[in-house]
Amino acid sequence: MSLELDFTPVIEGLPTLLDGTMITIAVTACSLAISLVVGSIIGVIRSNRGTLLCYIFDGYVAVIRGTPLLVQLFIWYYGLPRVGIMLPAFLCGVVGLSLYSSSYVSEIVRGAIQSIDKGQMEASRSLGMSKQQAMRKIIMPQAFVRMLPPLGNETIALIKNSALISLITIHDVMHAGANIISTSYRDLETYIFIACIYFVLTNTATFILRKIEKHKLKAGAI
Amino acid sequence: MSKIEPHNSALSLSGIQKYYDDHHVLKSVDFSVKPGEVVVLIGPSGSGKSTLLRCCNGLEIAQEGDITIFGQPLVAGGKLIEDRELNRLREDVGMVFQSFNLFPHLSVLENVCVAPLTLKKATRPKAEKLAKELLAKVGLSDKIDAMPGNLSGGQKQRVAIARALAMTPSVLLFDEPTSALDPELVGEVLQVMKMLAKDGMTMIIVTHEMNFARDVADRVVMMDNGTILEEGTPEQIFKSPTHARTQEFLQTVFAA
Repeated sequence: MSLELDFTPVIEGLPTLLDGTMITIAVTACSLAISLVVGSIIGVIRSNRGTLLCYIFDGYVAVIRGTPLLVQLFIWYYGLPRVGIMLPAFLCGVVGLSLYSSSYVSEIVRGAIQSIDKGQMEASRSLGMSKQQAMRKIIMPQAFVRMLPPLGNETIALIKNSALISLITIHDVMHAGANIISTSYRDLETYIFIACIYFVLTNTATFILRKIEKHKLKAGAI
Repeated sequence: MSKIEPHNSALSLSGIQKYYDDHHVLKSVDFSVKPGEVVVLIGPSGSGKSTLLRCCNGLEIAQEGDITIFGQPLVAGGKLIEDRELNRLREDVGMVFQSFNLFPHLSVLENVCVAPLTLKKATRPKAEKLAKELLAKVGLSDKIDAMPGNLSGGQKQRVAIARALAMTPSVLLFDEPTSALDPELVGEVLQVMKMLAKDGMTMIIVTHEMNFARDVADRVVMMDNGTILEEGTPEQIFKSPTHARTQEFLQTVFAA
């Protein structure tokens, strides 16, 4: 059997694929923004061991990280209507990805904060700073630099994981591709093209994060 | 030891009990320091000298006893004062650590300025002016823009001393300030400490530098097993210690 690649259906479907890409970018960007904020708050709370909130969020992280994202998305979109909660697909996608990614971000933030030598807090406190002042001026700026590489990984994972939202009827790039395949049967060509789109998205994100990292390192932090 | 009138003491501890779980680290310690006095704490490792020092600014919490700083309570009846008061009191008690604990993300100048600025003790121009004066005093005028990572140990510790001085404290605590230094860098740090002693700074110093103790200390305090074994002038402690344990300790230290 000879291999004949025909990209005509992909080229004809380019407008829908690009629309899908915009949806992918929108969902990922929303989820990333939310998970950075929510994950950081949870991470800071969890770095302060022994509080009730800390244990509650430990449970949250254990559940979210311990179950498949696909199952979580299905619960939000297909499961919740059974108890009368009907959320639009886009919202389900953003909520599902944000909750999932937040748990990883919180681990990154907690780990980075706890990796800062405790002498830094002692030195700050012995100068008269409050715990909050020490966190803001001394601990967080150092922790932030350590968070950047793992946050970069998490961003890439989030972009790739977003492909799953096509399964809850969101018209992302993956969904657009499936539509093209269903009429043209050109699956290999379509999936190669979709892979290229994800490749460009993830590597653009990597490039931007590298720039931030370099900038931060140049600023002299560690 | 009798209780000393608060106003006559820069720092006074009485009846301090401190446990780490089952381990009794400080056993009913009474200790006080007069304004302008330089006190050196010596003793074998694990004797409780660092813990005692760290109790003096609330980095360790004594479970029983009272601590006052220039008459103001830090620990009363085994209870640390509330956080806001504690922060204010700590401005008055500087600390220099064995491992320097400089802020690695800030330049030398910012290390010295950050606390006065954060705590709104000074405007930026004033804070920088003071920082530059202090860095000149510890001989580091040429390192103002350097990052801590590019300094030698001795330079780091001198920055740490300038950083502590920037809060214009009344008491300085030194926790083995030269123990992490290469031998050839010890002298420059001790030199700065001698200068501070000459300026009349009240200092409590945990150190193994016996020659420094002999030259600079007004009083040497020998600790062992969570208690103060004996104290006196350097002359008394080094020449004619009363306790066998002190003699033993000094022999091992001087033999090294």
